[in-house]
Amino acid sequence: MVMKANSNPSFLARNLWSGIFFGIGLVAFFDETVFHQILHWHHFYDKSTLGIGLVSDGLFHALSWFATIGGLFLLADLRRRNAFWLKRWIGGMLLGGGGFQLYDGTIQHKLMRIHQIRYVENVMIYDLIWNILAVVMLIISIILIVRTQKDSKPLRGKDSHA
Amino acid sequence: MHNEHVYHGNGIAYELILLIAFLLVFVVYILASFISNRHYKRWPLSRTIFWVVGILCLAVTVVGSLAEQAHIDFSAHMLGHLLLGMAAPLLIVLSAPMTLVMRNLHVKRARQLSKFLKSYPIRILSDPIFASLFNVGGLWILYTTDLYSAMHHNIVLYFFIHVHVFLAGYLFTAAFISIDPTPHRTNFIYRTIVLFFSFANHGILSKYIYAHPPLGVAKAQAEMGSMLMYYGGDVIDIVLIYILCLQWYRFKRPVGPWLST
Repeated sequence: MVMKANSNPSFLARNLWSGIFFGIGLVAFFDETVFHQILHWHHFYDKSTLGIGLVSDGLFHALSWFATIGGLFLLADLRRRNAFWLKRWIGGMLLGGGGFQLYDGTIQHKLMRIHQIRYVENVMIYDLIWNILAVVMLIISIILIVRTQKDSKPLRGKDSHA
Repeated sequence: MHNEHVYHGNGIAYELILLIAFLLVFVVYILASFISNRHYKRWPLSRTIFWVVGILCLAVTVVGSLAEQAHIDFSAHMLGHLLLGMAAPLLIVLSAPMTLVMRNLHVKRARQLSKFLKSYPIRILSDPIFASLFNVGGLWILYTTDLYSAMHHNIVLYFFIHVHVFLAGYLFTAAFISIDPTPHRTNFIYRTIVLFFSFANHGILSKYIYAHPPLGVAKAQAEMGSMLMYYGGDVIDIVLIYILCLQWYRFKRPVGPWLST
């Protein structure tokens, strides 16, 4: 009998990680193209940036490229093993994307002051929208992850009794 | 600005020697690939193209108008360094020069060379962590101390630093994605982590230069150069990450009828 690939715990984790990586990369890419390059809202460098902000920016900038490319290669690997699970993967993507966006909107923008979303008077509104969107993504991701976790259990149970 | 060079009188002779050297390595590589084709599988044309473009990157950095401009314009200098320290090493690593050397050596000599490549000092030199420190560490010293301005007043220093930038870039690239025989190949996770930190380090240094221009560099020029370093570095790093992931993907291909994890 061919075991259903989805129920393999290692693939369950790998679908999640592939999604998380891709989500981080996607949000970072969106941030870079839309807010830095097209709208020019974000600044390349803000004079009030703390030293730690520079380090954090460098780390997450590097992470975003690694995550995008590595996440997609993980996905390709899952597909060739017939183990790709879209629902689980989207859960991971929203977790990675939402988590990164929340970190960016609170710690990087506010605490480390690497740059503001836009250089206007009531930046508060922008901050609120940015962070609420991140929290919404996180909530959906948790629902998806919990559900797929449950879906995979009966299958594994059946396998062990067979 | 006082980035004027000290050796203008000898400039022509100096450039001529470099040009002849570059032409020589072109010819030697192509000849070596033809000669070895008689005994082995055909040498891929793509590798020859990588070699030719890689050497061209080196040449435009040290000879001609970009090299000239680099003495007075920090952005031109940075473009040169991207070509010399990142693009040229990547292309030359992909041209598999060591494999070509091995194909052209007598078995006995090839064994000696292979024994040398397996030795302890080479092991250290080709380790990702050492190669990263050598590469990005060197850049921190160049741009955050007086070395950058001193380089433009001393031809020996200028020469040494440019050779260092290229060699460090080559060792660095080879440590992660070499397609030559690599007796000291480290595992993928280790290479990924080290490449990640050196990539981050490169980005941090870029923005640091934006805020703290090197001695003798005007603020506006430092800002342009910094952004060029940041985004130009991204382009090469994306290629590096892609190749590293591709090597992992091929290495991990499922074998046999069972789907392994």
